[in-house]
Amino acid sequence: MPRLLTPLLTRITLDPGLRSERRRAPMMQVRSILFLAILAIAPGFGGGEARAASDNLAIWPDIKAALFEGREIHDGAGLLQLEAPVRAYDAAIVPITVVAEIPQTAERYIRSVHLIIDENPAPVAGVFHFTPDSGSASFSTRVRVNAYTNIRAIAETSDGELYMATRFVKAAGGCSAPALKDAESAMANIGKMKLKQTDDVVLQEVNQAQILISHPNYSGMQFDQITRTYIPAHFVQKIRVSYGDRTIMTVDADISLSENPSVHFHYLPEAAGAITVEVKDSEGMTYDRSWPMTPAPAS
Amino acid sequence: MPLAMKQVAPGIFVHQGVHGEVTAENHGGIANIGFIVGAEAVAVIDSGGSAIEGQRLRAAVRAITDLPIRYVINTHVHPDHIFGNAAFVDDAPAFVGHAKLAGALTARGPFYLENLIERLGDAAAGTRIILPAQGVGERREIDLGGRVLRLAAHPTAHTDNDLSVFDVRTSTLWLSDLLFMDRIPAIDGSLKGWLEVIAALRQVNAARVIPGHGPVSADWPGALDAQERYLRTLLDEIRTLLAEGGTMEQAVETVGRSERGKWLLFDDYHARNIVTAFTELEWE
Repeated sequence: MPRLLTPLLTRITLDPGLRSERRRAPMMQVRSILFLAILAIAPGFGGGEARAASDNLAIWPDIKAALFEGREIHDGAGLLQLEAPVRAYDAAIVPITVVAEIPQTAERYIRSVHLIIDENPAPVAGVFHFTPDSGSASFSTRVRVNAYTNIRAIAETSDGELYMATRFVKAAGGCSAPALKDAESAMANIGKMKLKQTDDVVLQEVNQAQILISHPNYSGMQFDQITRTYIPAHFVQKIRVSYGDRTIMTVDADISLSENPSVHFHYLPEAAGAITVEVKDSEGMTYDRSWPMTPAPAS
Repeated sequence: MPLAMKQVAPGIFVHQGVHGEVTAENHGGIANIGFIVGAEAVAVIDSGGSAIEGQRLRAAVRAITDLPIRYVINTHVHPDHIFGNAAFVDDAPAFVGHAKLAGALTARGPFYLENLIERLGDAAAGTRIILPAQGVGERREIDLGGRVLRLAAHPTAHTDNDLSVFDVRTSTLWLSDLLFMDRIPAIDGSLKGWLEVIAALRQVNAARVIPGHGPVSADWPGALDAQERYLRTLLDEIRTLLAEGGTMEQAVETVGRSERGKWLLFDDYHARNIVTAFTELEWE
């Protein structure tokens, strides 16, 4: 596992933009290292009972050192909360909610949240970036959990401080579990998106919406016996949500997000506009869609 | 030692699975499995949860007849129904399943097998993945000698590879896991699809039904009622919740509570059913 950790974390820290073409080469190289490492460990995973929880202790310091290099991480109480089921109902679809307890003001806001699953082959499930236009850095998503594990949300505020909330989740096999739906329909629907906002759009207030992205999010750990190979990793790598010309949320995602990724997010609209969602996956395929958001008439 | 069988209609023998999780003690024997005897041949319908259970089923066949086992019909991909296949290889039967079974089993089989070995240990010995050599696209008839079985491949319901068997002579409908009784249904295909298949099945004129879990035989079509009620409750309550902007976590906490106490293993599978149904219905 530690073998795998460094390349993965390197990839994420090396490549925050993921847009620049010149970064492509080193990224591919790192990805192939990651992939080999996944192959090497894959037979040990899948549907099994989890390893002892005490293993967790060994892994977190490595992750912490690789991502945050000796920086102090404060207790997140009062700044953020992490909600997760104690025992997952389906290890491939574990709902996670991060509740931000401070507003996103220009003076001080949550700039990013690292969502980390210690025991997963790719521990960084995603890095969620926010702006003052997010209104709130609270979000929900769904992740794969491969073994009994600590899950961590580490917020970085605009003044450069780190805060952490942690939960222990009992689940196993989520990364190598076979996809429920057949591959044919998953690939036929790839990139399809749905934006859901139940409440009326209200200007000058914090609104909540959900983006659903149809994508198999292959982890690279699911085996296809017909071809006698692992289904290559193919997953959503970048999600950018904007309102008008303002960025609301950007996600650097990895194989630990569940298939058909879902993110509940917030935004603070100043005027009538459209939400645009742009998605890029690990094959370089891009998908985008816009939805005009019509504010409720003033009453 | 042969499995205990009940003859639910002339020539139709069913072994009742236990209502529990797969353990070394039960050899994975949690599903209803059995066989149908014709004038010339035998068709095994689901082979059990491990090679050991398959061997015990084979011994049960041999305790009743010496006729050749010409078919092993696999009703769907789940390991408690098909991991006894290896016990019948020497009989050289045709392994028959839904046209999509081979694909599903190749994708999931190694995962299931690894899981079985972990749970059963030595009792998993000999269990291996045997793919169906013959896939049924829509319908097929097989003749056991004066006894025709009509096989029907269904659209995605309990799984995406459900196959049912109708014995013409006794009007017995062997639904396997398209019908759960007593034990909570497990949704591994499509909630909406399953309700549609149930509606279509109600048109079948049968004298009795053999469910995949529960009693070895039950009245038709009344046996469908409880399962349909459960699935419809999930459908209605999740749709209502989604319309109100409810989350998956809220669904897990609130949906289908009226069904608690009406099913065995409710607490083990209900929440997972909700997650599966929720991720299907949220795209509506």
